[in-house]
Amino acid sequence: MTRTGVIAAAVLALAAGPAMAQQKTVKIGFITTLSGPAGIIGKHMKDAADLALKELHGKMDGLKAEIIYGDDQFKPDVGRQVAEEMLKRDKVNFVTGIIWSNVLLAVRQPVLSSGTILISANAGPHELAGPLCAPNFFSTSWQNDETPEAMGQFMTEHKITDVYLMAPNYAAGKDMLSGFKRYFKGKIAAEVYTRMGQSDYQAEISNIRAAKPKAVFVFMPGGMGIQFMKQYAQSGLRDQIPLYSVFTADETTLPAVDGAAAGNYEAGFWNYDLKNPANKKFVADFRKSYGYIPSYYAAQSYDAINLIDSAVRAVHGNLKNAKGMLAAIDKADYASVRGPYKYNTNHFPIENFYLFKIGKTPDGVYARKTIGVIFHDHKDAYYKECHMAK
Amino acid sequence: MVDPLLVLAQALNGMQFGVMLFLMAAGLTLVFGIMNLVNLAHGSFYMIGAYVAATTFQTTHSFLLAVVVGMAAGAAVGVAVEIAVFRRLYARDHLDQVLATFGLILFFNEMVRMIWGPTALYATVPEFLAGQVQILPGAPYPAYRLAIIGVGLAVAALLYVVVGKTRLGMLIRAGASNREMVGALGINVKILYTLVFGLGAGLAALAGLMAGPIFTVESGMGEHVLILAFVVIVIGGIGSIRGAFVAALLVGFVDTMGRAFLRPLLAIVMTASAADDAGPALASVLIYLLMAAVLFFRPRGLFPPRTR
Repeated sequence: MTRTGVIAAAVLALAAGPAMAQQKTVKIGFITTLSGPAGIIGKHMKDAADLALKELHGKMDGLKAEIIYGDDQFKPDVGRQVAEEMLKRDKVNFVTGIIWSNVLLAVRQPVLSSGTILISANAGPHELAGPLCAPNFFSTSWQNDETPEAMGQFMTEHKITDVYLMAPNYAAGKDMLSGFKRYFKGKIAAEVYTRMGQSDYQAEISNIRAAKPKAVFVFMPGGMGIQFMKQYAQSGLRDQIPLYSVFTADETTLPAVDGAAAGNYEAGFWNYDLKNPANKKFVADFRKSYGYIPSYYAAQSYDAINLIDSAVRAVHGNLKNAKGMLAAIDKADYASVRGPYKYNTNHFPIENFYLFKIGKTPDGVYARKTIGVIFHDHKDAYYKECHMAK
Repeated sequence: MVDPLLVLAQALNGMQFGVMLFLMAAGLTLVFGIMNLVNLAHGSFYMIGAYVAATTFQTTHSFLLAVVVGMAAGAAVGVAVEIAVFRRLYARDHLDQVLATFGLILFFNEMVRMIWGPTALYATVPEFLAGQVQILPGAPYPAYRLAIIGVGLAVAALLYVVVGKTRLGMLIRAGASNREMVGALGINVKILYTLVFGLGAGLAALAGLMAGPIFTVESGMGEHVLILAFVVIVIGGIGSIRGAFVAALLVGFVDTMGRAFLRPLLAIVMTASAADDAGPALASVLIYLLMAAVLFFRPRGLFPPRTR
């Protein structure tokens, strides 16, 4: 294109901008990871969001609704760039998705300062639950510490002591173990941090064998978890020392781990076998559409789209009424797949946490099976540091 | 204080890690040494070997067949890429090679996602290697990892014989010392290059397919090990198989011992919480410190090939 051509195109784009902004379309920017090894998480999220929109017949309160997907490539700077494009070029009304805490912290500033509503469908860094909480930020998932807190509580209640802790050496890894220790009152055999992205855990497993703890608790997300669980089973330790984990054995990793995770324990706020009507419908439709069991990543994304729909309906499609939409979101007046819940003052859900055990489903695949409730209506540890009045 | 059985287990872990690195580094060092080519896409052959072998094992339930097919696939892709892409790169400078081979990484990672999907592939150890072996009473060790050590050492011995005692090996060594002269003496350098490249790709595929059952078979899996393989060939001396072997074992030992014992050792001289912070941080840079130290005393690596 010639230089004049570029300028002409830019002028046209600028002229078209305001006109497009007035179009009656609900635009949702959905930032997730679609490429690389973590792309599987993004696939779960995108499939669920697409399903939610399909079930709404592509409309929210009569307005056409559209999801614009953006790939953060697992990088905060890319995530921020994607968010800025969505705000400036696409003029989105909502930004949601977001798997990683560091991406959310990078995306937060441009989205929130533009007045756009930001809904995390996964990441829950403690900063956003505490001092950085904001009127136009909500979560459909959890604060990072809550899931390991539940596991700590469960192990304390069952008098499981002498526990060996392990997590990758980065911010979320340390948050997870500190969350665990907040509720775990037993003896800790050792606390080990491994390299981020490490693939071989045999050296650590030999150390565990020598330390002879009564139980092992790990946070090993994604590929790290696949590797650790396989190697733990291969070493023969799985039959001797039970493995408890969070965000490690889930529906994104279990297909690659298969039987090696059988009998492991996990905790979480949601599972595909929760017996409420919204969840039964979601899981059945999801499995029918995509042929696999949805993970909590999928559930959170499905909820995010339906939460946005409830906000748009509350203001009768007047997308300019941000205040009205925020008030509606705060009521969480939609059919969440976790069952009804309320928002805390910091806009994180007050919700139940459950214990799961990995086992074979009747279809012959391995999945999480709900064993019982650990926490009823659990609140995160940071909401008192958030200065927003209810 | 330190359990001798634990030290033994960790030494085996270090050795197993080392031989895996050697399989990767052998091909890399030959290609770099002989053809003067920086091949960042070497990890892609590792990935292809793992994917093809895992699929073959799942469909045929024969591990030996999976090994053969996986290696053959890696070597075949290596040869194809050499003919299609690398021949155009030998004469170019290293920056062009880095750019082109980085592009190949992206190409292969996406290709694998298109063929096998984004979910990590399930790969398991064969039944006959699934258990543990009591290396000493009270010291069980996974049989599969012992098998890796065995295969790695066997390949090292085979390479030693091929490179040291055969005509092909002579040409390879000659190529590493002086490429132009080999060509001038009437050797078909093109075919030699393709052969060496196929051999290196096959070894990378072997490392990948053996790694499959312990690690994650996923798109981009080769990049993790590639960085370490580069560290190995730099320490060992670029172009030297013997150097790659010694350096691979050295890196394997240092990394494993660092991860296993550095934190408890630091806890003796500092507070426990400081050791918790410093231990993992120091353990993860240990091999780079090793590389820096080797380069300081021997700038061309431990066993640089003689060049004229």
